[in-house]
Amino acid sequence: MYKAAIKVILKPGVLDPQGKAVASGLASLGFSQVKSVRVGKYIEVLLDASSQQEAAAQVEEMAKRLLANPVIEHYELTVELVEGEELV
Amino acid sequence: MRVAVVVFPGSNCDRDCHHVLSEVFGLDSELVWHTETDLSRFDAIILPGGFSYGDYLRSGAIARFSPVMESVTKAAERGLPVLGICNGFQILLEAGLLPGAMLVNESLQFRCHPQEITVEVDRTPFTFGIKPGTVLQLPVAHGEGNYFIDEAGLAKLEANRQIVFRYAGDNPNGSVADIAGICNEAGNVVGMMPHPERAAEALLGSTDGQQIFRALINYWEGRK
Repeated sequence: MYKAAIKVILKPGVLDPQGKAVASGLASLGFSQVKSVRVGKYIEVLLDASSQQEAAAQVEEMAKRLLANPVIEHYELTVELVEGEELV
Repeated sequence: MRVAVVVFPGSNCDRDCHHVLSEVFGLDSELVWHTETDLSRFDAIILPGGFSYGDYLRSGAIARFSPVMESVTKAAERGLPVLGICNGFQILLEAGLLPGAMLVNESLQFRCHPQEITVEVDRTPFTFGIKPGTVLQLPVAHGEGNYFIDEAGLAKLEANRQIVFRYAGDNPNGSVADIAGICNEAGNVVGMMPHPERAAEALLGSTDGQQIFRALINYWEGRK
């Protein structure tokens, strides 16, 4: 079984209102050193595949077609071999 | 005129649209469940507002893979009038039937209030016969209506006259170029954030929304 971890984040230049709100929250907590915050998504997928390469290719397709919206978002993914049938 | 109002799990303006189409305008309106695969009997399609699939992942991201969307795409390609309202607009964007994407409102607030919008073009079935520059007051109700498209995309929208509605006065969500609604290049597919179906009877405070549905009827009558 393979576990894929996909990070989805807004592209540079795309306004991130959530990031801005978190940044101002951190500032009001006194973290004055914070310059900028971007908020994204982290997605885990457990899947069957005959090889790590095949798993990565499949997840790449999932990211392109559904997990990320290429108009506004970038994604990064990693794939590793794991034991077990369920994500915990 | 037969109009399909598509119902996704989580749609919540479907009945309002159906009510306005059938009761206010006397049209043959039908609520169509998202598993339907044949929409060939309809003359126009409306994707109503709501929170399809709980807005999980991104608004409209999952609904676009509903079985019905294949026939919506085919109908759009055939030139049939297709209107996406609010969540319906988000679904059309995710499906690639309209360009761009939605971001969270700049204010981070869910904005729910009457909003003035300007009609920019009359070349769509849903603005047919409405003089460009006309201001309509329609309710907005959304948390993700901050329309985004890159500069090249915006230039293309402007050049092709695809910006159908702009917010007049305050922009409630921070959208690029005050965009409240756009159409595809052909003009038959329109997406808009404000809710015309919630402003189609005097009892509800405004009848400006009637103009959108009236435009569709006039367009259809003219093509018969």
